[in-house]
Amino acid sequence: MIDKFVRTMADAMTGVADGSTILLGGFGDVGIPTPLLDGLIEQGARNLTIVAVAGGRDGSAIERLLSLGRVRRLICSFVRPASLAGRLFQRGELDVEIVPQGTMAERMRAAGAGITGFYTPTGADTLLAEGRETREIGGKLCLLEYPLPGDVALIEAWQADRWGNLTYRDSARNFNPVMAMAAKLTIVMTRNVAALGELAPETIVTPGIFVNRVLHVPL
Amino acid sequence: MAFTPLDRNGIAARCAQDIPEGWLVNLGIGIPTLVADFVPPDREVIFHAENGVIGVGPAPATDAVNPFLINASTTHVTLRTGGSYVHHADSFAIARGGHLDLCVLGAFEVAENGDIANWARSADEPVKQVGGAMDLAIGAQRLWVVMEHTTKDSEPRLRRRCTYPLTAKGVVKRVYTNLAVLDVTPDGFVVRDMIPGMTLEALQARTEAKLA
Repeated sequence: MIDKFVRTMADAMTGVADGSTILLGGFGDVGIPTPLLDGLIEQGARNLTIVAVAGGRDGSAIERLLSLGRVRRLICSFVRPASLAGRLFQRGELDVEIVPQGTMAERMRAAGAGITGFYTPTGADTLLAEGRETREIGGKLCLLEYPLPGDVALIEAWQADRWGNLTYRDSARNFNPVMAMAAKLTIVMTRNVAALGELAPETIVTPGIFVNRVLHVPL
Repeated sequence: MAFTPLDRNGIAARCAQDIPEGWLVNLGIGIPTLVADFVPPDREVIFHAENGVIGVGPAPATDAVNPFLINASTTHVTLRTGGSYVHHADSFAIARGGHLDLCVLGAFEVAENGDIANWARSADEPVKQVGGAMDLAIGAQRLWVVMEHTTKDSEPRLRRRCTYPLTAKGVVKRVYTNLAVLDVTPDGFVVRDMIPGMTLEALQARTEAKLA
């Protein structure tokens, strides 16, 4: 019997290695699996690369992870100068790679889809293209982008069954489905548990084939 | 003759007048977000938010907030009847794939060749804030900018060439400021409309680029 549910946070975080690249879902406060990040803090992995839309506000779980010195590198679309990530970066204590948000999503999609690179006009005419490979395609200058795979994805779902089939609530979908595809180990926290067969096949957004572990974390 | 510059809501309302029914529109952060408030509800315009919401509706009543539903500014919103959700890669496929009829962004500067600068004040700025602006700027069928005509120090924002780092080249089609509406054409900025009391001469005095 396939059963991807784990019973404890410790089981969910087993084997997350030092130096891992962690794909972290969420946008603003919505769809971000804060309990899993707290579990990661407890688990103790260090020297991490975090991929997330932004560098985290004060009081966020990303900020807690940063404040403990667990993060070596942050890949995101923006960092607030006044945030902890902004201050650490300016002091040279954190490596930050800024990626346009759509490019970030597409690089993860490429990682999950086996696409080894793609050209996009996004950012091609900007500072972000300095020293990088560009070419003109269809009359537009385009920038070569590479996939962005994760060792681990931390995902928040609304419903999950024991195969790991997932639904998301409203705009809490955001990066979660694409990150689930792009990581070797996808760890999900779900707000609700569904029996196998209870989720209508048409409503499943992430099929369980992209999911390794599910922890039930009620609202 | 005296004139009164438009306030932020006035700029947004002027822009909203020109958005026809049926368009799919992405609104950036700041003044652009206000534009939706001035599109009459009976005119069916579909607003897209980069975090995967198609059919963004007005702000909810304070006792009816859905904590799972926000827009790109991370403000709570509603979903219009007919609306839907997509994940982030699909949401940006909408932007990058040319599916948006219109994107409205704020900017620091716009140049007469359609260049836009809206993400960094200098190349040396240590902490960068790109967000989704570069994806939206290159992908939408038309890009309009809403902004103040000059900086707080009365420096012009409508430039011959941008002085700040570019977000994208040659993409802006129209600019709505607190003083005027201008089209970006192959011959540079062309004034479409000015606020009451404004003259072309007075507008030119507040603009670095040559106006026609």
